[in-house]
Amino acid sequence: MGAKVITVTSGKGGVGKTTTVANLGVALARMGKKVVLIDADIGLRNLDIVLGLENRIVYDLVDVVEERCKLRQAMIKHKQFDHLYLIPAAQTRDKTAVSPEDMVRVTAQLREEFDFILIDSPAGIERGFRNAIAPANEVLIVTNPEVSAVRDADRIIGLLEAANRGPGQLILNRVKLEMIKKGEMLSANDVTDILAIKLIGIVPEDDGVIPASNSGIPVTLTEGSRAGMAYRNIARRLNGEQVPFMDIADSGNILQRITKLFGNSNT
Amino acid sequence: MSGIFDRFRGGRKVGSGSMAKERLQFILVHDRINLPPERLDEMKAEILAVISKYVSVESDKVDIALQQRDRNNLLIAEIPFSEQGEDAEIIRELPDIEHTSDEPSDKINESDSAPSDKEEIASDENTD
Ligand SMILES: Nc1ncnc2c1ncn2[C@@H]1O[C@H](COP(=O)(O)OP(=O)(O)OP(=O)(O)O)[C@@H](O)[C@H]1O
Ligand SMILES: [Mg+2]
Repeated sequence: MGAKVITVTSGKGGVGKTTTVANLGVALARMGKKVVLIDADIGLRNLDIVLGLENRIVYDLVDVVEERCKLRQAMIKHKQFDHLYLIPAAQTRDKTAVSPEDMVRVTAQLREEFDFILIDSPAGIERGFRNAIAPANEVLIVTNPEVSAVRDADRIIGLLEAANRGPGQLILNRVKLEMIKKGEMLSANDVTDILAIKLIGIVPEDDGVIPASNSGIPVTLTEGSRAGMAYRNIARRLNGEQVPFMDIADSGNILQRITKLFGNSNT
Repeated sequence: MSGIFDRFRGGRKVGSGSMAKERLQFILVHDRINLPPERLDEMKAEILAVISKYVSVESDKVDIALQQRDRNNLLIAEIPFSEQGEDAEIIRELPDIEHTSDEPSDKINESDSAPSDKEEIASDENTD
């Protein structure tokens, strides 16, 4: 059968790709899946930190590609999960050190052994992005409910379609229910209306995310965290389960719609 | 879904979320076909000029707009033909006659309470 390769990308920087990859990786591993995470953000290594694995890096993706080590030597095992591995990015090189063909070759070697291969894409639409989507069976596009982030997501969706990797599925990150209720933030329905692609997850803004990154323990592992819950739901959907969406964005939207219906939109 | 619908909502007070949505719809429709608004206006004028060569058009009622349907983009044109073709000219040759069914002119002044309402509506439309 072989692993499913899932690339997480965004266009705009800083919207939550790395956070998403770390949390989905952990959530899938918790479900008993064999998972390997690849940091394709060459030169701006981050995923190791969010996972708390920065001290264990000896070899990286560029070492593998340039044959300074065996693939296995660059795979770092997660502290808590035996079936979760990270292949870190090189910190001192740039994106041209890896080609799309390299990414296809590396993932091909991993497909037999794993259930999921998650790739953390760099922001932008250049070489690093092309590297990241080259081996993808599925692409997750992370965006925030803001005009510029959604615009960039749209550009990415267009490029994915052109590259035959589309249309991809959407993760709306950093959603604030309170603001949606006040009509001051794009809702999940607004964004999917505009982008016209399938939504796979809505992740709330959560004060637990930064402390989680600080301590190298993704927020998914914090019981009772709403963002963690959202990531676990996405992981289950990736695994083919039907999971209803959490009540964070769409209740506000319905409220908005009703008030609009009665022409009283300034509530 | 965007064009006409938005115009109806125009002028009403809405949160910045709706503004974000409307701005995005406008931005993306141009992004996707790689045609900035000014070029689109040029294109509309040219389309109209070509059509006007063959038929007469009510140019003030023309609506040519980009629209999104799923992830596909369409140019929707509504171009009403004007009735002022040859028929209109034939009619124009007839002399005008006085209309007797007109409302008496003093009735207009009875609706004194209306003007403030009308002003509001007018200013609402201006914010569109
Ligand atoms: N749901 C959330 N709630 C609160 N903070 C969040 C959330 N998601 C992400 N963040 C924070 O946003 C910042 C950017 O996140 P992250 O590094 O995952 O983005 P990125 O898309 O990988 O960025 P880059 O484009 O630089 O690689 C981080 O500080 C992260 O902790
Ligand atoms: Mg990142």
